[in-house]
Amino acid sequence: MHLILFIVFAGFCLAGAINLLVQSHPISSALSLIVVMTSLAVLYLLLGAEFLAAAQVIVYAGAIMVLFTFVVMLLNAGREERTLGSRAALRLGFPAVVIILAVIATVILHAQGLGTAKLSDGLTATKGATNIEVLSTVLFTKLLLPFEVTSVLILIAILGAVALARPGGGNEAERTGGK
Amino acid sequence: MNSLFSQEVPLSWYLLLSAALFSLGVVGFLIKRNLITVFMSIELMLNGVNLSFVTFACQWHAVKGQIFVFFVMVVAAAEAAVGLAIIIAVFRARATLAVDRIDLMKL
Repeated sequence: MHLILFIVFAGFCLAGAINLLVQSHPISSALSLIVVMTSLAVLYLLLGAEFLAAAQVIVYAGAIMVLFTFVVMLLNAGREERTLGSRAALRLGFPAVVIILAVIATVILHAQGLGTAKLSDGLTATKGATNIEVLSTVLFTKLLLPFEVTSVLILIAILGAVALARPGGGNEAERTGGK
Repeated sequence: MNSLFSQEVPLSWYLLLSAALFSLGVVGFLIKRNLITVFMSIELMLNGVNLSFVTFACQWHAVKGQIFVFFVMVVAAAEAAVGLAIIIAVFRARATLAVDRIDLMKL
C-alpha cells in the first residue's frame, strides 16, 4: 500500500513540477505547483509527519498559492515570451543542473544505512504520544524562543508587504510626483 | 499482490524525489522569463528541501527535522508576502513582468 501510494503521488509530484516548467502561462504554473504541494502533503503523511502534512495543505497550498494566483490575476500576467536570454539559460543551465542532479543522486544511492519507511512509522518513540504531541512538546519547551521570534518575523513581513505594495511604495519618483 | 501491499519504500527514493524536485526548481529558476514563475520555482526548491528534511526525520526518528520544516514554512510564508509585494512594486514601476526587461536597479 505504501509503495503504491508513494509511486502514485511521487508521479503526481514530478508531473506537476515538469508541467510548471512547460506551461507558458503563469496561472497554469501556479495550479501545477498546487498539485506538487498537495502530493507532497500525502508523502509527508506516509513519512509519519501528520502535522506537517496538514500545515503543508493549509499554509502552502492554501495561503501561499492563493497569494500567488491573486497576484497573477491582479497584474494580469500574460504569456511569457521566449528571448535570447532564455535560450542561453536553457542551453547552459540545463546540462549544469543535470550534472548536479547526477552528483546528488550518486551520493544518495551510495549512502549507507538508509532505512525504509513503512506506514504507521512516525516519530512515536514513546508509546501513545501522537506526532503533534511530540512536536509541540519540543516546540513549546526547548525551542520557545525561536518560535516567538518567528511571530516577530511575520509581523515585520506584514509591515514590509504593506509598505511595498501600497501606491508609490518602493518607487521614489512616483511618491514625489516625478512620474 | 499481498507483497505489493505490504512493501516498504526505501528512504533513498524519497531523497531522490526531493533532489529531482530541487533540480526542477533550479531549471525553472533559470529558464522561466516571468518574474512570478521564477518566484514559484524558488518555492518548488524550498519544497524539495523540506521533503528531504522530513525523510531524515523519519530515518533518525528525530523531531528536530520536522520542526525545521515548520520554521521553513513560516519563513516561506513571510518571504512570499514580501516577494509578491516587491513584484507588485516592480510591475507598477516598469509595467512588465519579463525579467529580461527588468535589468536595472534604478527605477
